Amino acid sequence: MNHDAYPDNYIRGILNSVKSIAMVGASPVNVRPSYFAFKYLAQRGYDMIPVNPGHVGKELLGKPFVASLRDLGRPVDMIDIFRSSSHIMPVVEEALTLDPLPKVIWMQLGARDDAAAEKAEAAGIKVVMNRCPKIEYGRLSSEISWMGVNSRTLSSKRPPMPMQGMRLSLNRTSVGGGDTAASDRAAKAKNEQS
Amino acid sequence: MSDRLPGFSTLAVHAGAQPDPTTGARATPIYQTTSFVFNDADHAASLFGLQAFGNIYTRIGNPTNAVLEERVAALEGGTAALAVASGHAAQVVVLQQLLQPGDEFIAARKLYGGSINQFTHAFKSFGWNVVWADPDDITSFERAVTPRTKAIFIESIANPGGSITDIEAISTVARKAGVPLIVDNTLASPYLIRPIDHGADIVVHSLTKFLGGHGNSLGGIIVDAGTFDWSTGGKYPMLSEPRPEYHGIRLQETFGNFAFAIACRVLGLRDLGPALSPFNAFMILTGIETLPLRMQKHCDNAKAIAEFLSGHPAVASVSYAGLPGDKYSQLARKYAPRGAGAVFTFSLKGGYDAGVSLVSKLQLFSHLANVGDTRSLVIHPASTTHSQLDDAAKIRSGAGPDVVRLSIGIEDKEDLIADLEQALSA
Repeated sequence: MNHDAYPDNYIRGILNSVKSIAMVGASPVNVRPSYFAFKYLAQRGYDMIPVNPGHVGKELLGKPFVASLRDLGRPVDMIDIFRSSSHIMPVVEEALTLDPLPKVIWMQLGARDDAAAEKAEAAGIKVVMNRCPKIEYGRLSSEISWMGVNSRTLSSKRPPMPMQGMRLSLNRTSVGGGDTAASDRAAKAKNEQS
Repeated sequence: MSDRLPGFSTLAVHAGAQPDPTTGARATPIYQTTSFVFNDADHAASLFGLQAFGNIYTRIGNPTNAVLEERVAALEGGTAALAVASGHAAQVVVLQQLLQPGDEFIAARKLYGGSINQFTHAFKSFGWNVVWADPDDITSFERAVTPRTKAIFIESIANPGGSITDIEAISTVARKAGVPLIVDNTLASPYLIRPIDHGADIVVHSLTKFLGGHGNSLGGIIVDAGTFDWSTGGKYPMLSEPRPEYHGIRLQETFGNFAFAIACRVLGLRDLGPALSPFNAFMILTGIETLPLRMQKHCDNAKAIAEFLSGHPAVASVSYAGLPGDKYSQLARKYAPRGAGAVFTFSLKGGYDAGVSLVSKLQLFSHLANVGDTRSLVIHPASTTHSQLDDAAKIRSGAGPDVVRLSIGIEDKEDLIADLEQALSA
């Protein structure tokens, strides 16, 4: 997979198919991005599990924290890693010990580790880096358009009113991801520099 | 669902708009409301904390305006946009995110006269210091860079003379200096030039001109290219540092490649207040649907009229980049192959008096201070838009006393030529 620019169909396929998501680095602090990404994904119907060793014994929006991926106690479809790039590899290595393996490993906005991605992909796991699943869900459903964001999708269908707990259609017509190519090129240049 | 890239005209009609979820209305409704009810206290808190998508208050965002924002972002190839009350408001909001008191920005000397005034006088009182450079001499931008430089500002097609700026060359200077390049794309519109494709990091517009296109509604917009890394060196604390007004959120970390547009909305528009009326947003959106058709007609008419004027015995010179021998014709072929725009100047052999006489005799051209209308417009910049500049500055910005500026509309070109003919020969 080219991790500099993902086709919409790749992201759409992931968000349409995964049901359970373990979020590594989920925070109970309600102003942290991991908290409100967790909350949004739960509201859109995903089965969310918070993973953070510092908060075992507590709950996040009614879901008990687990200390590590080994403590999940059940299979999950996707692991969403809310850690900086330098902390990605150990999490991916731990994920690779799970049986069954997760179908997707997603690294949060700002996080990218190409070596870890290669390892996961070699095991048949789909990888997304430097993206936020909340932003991508909001973009493909066009809900994020309320903030003036270019969803890069079009639709002539009447959408439902997005209420809490509702799954939204992500199957709008994509404009190819090419229309913000400048932004993707800049991210690629930055990654190559570092 | 195929990942196929729709063309510009399809985006001009569809981007950002869909049938209204509540009523099924196909045209974008005018959500003429100040405020939006919350589902419950938790929903309200999430919205105020920038944690959920949704509407709070029209000074921060409005569903009609949001359609306009996404449409222009799509046409420019940006990640997000923010609509504001005017082009001038867009400039204030952009620079407020980038400059602290005592900082500098470099601006091209050839700009709309109103921008020259805003930069020279209004911004000085904020402690934002403009340093002028010559868009015809790229090294003058390099020489102007100092450790306090926070941005470079240019126009893609410069007002009033219609000269074309070498965006790529200046973007190289900006990249080397580690500052964003801001391009005012008002006179080109994204139909003629997409500055982001040439290295712009931020695009601003007066929507009042070609995008709205009908001379009936003021508006401005800011487009975030999503290309600039705001986190380096603590140079842009509005984007990289925790914001106390939002519980310590860091905008770049939270919003990634559209953080600048969010900063303009939640720090700029929210606190400075120049919100766009949803009614104006509706009018401008309707205009944008026909932008490709209008813009081509504007350009084709302008070229025919520039050719007519350059062959007329009363005319001393015509400055239009679409003419083969023009100083900017090479840049026009590179940056604006579909046409060199529809705003240009010419000078009369009879000087100032001949200009005044021409303006008074024209029957179809309207004498007023705007450009980018369906109607053809004429003005004498030296006595109007550029009147607050001293004589040397007038000449430097292409608005000398003998210069007349035209903004060519979408009427039949034969009628416009006949009108000029009678006014010049009488």
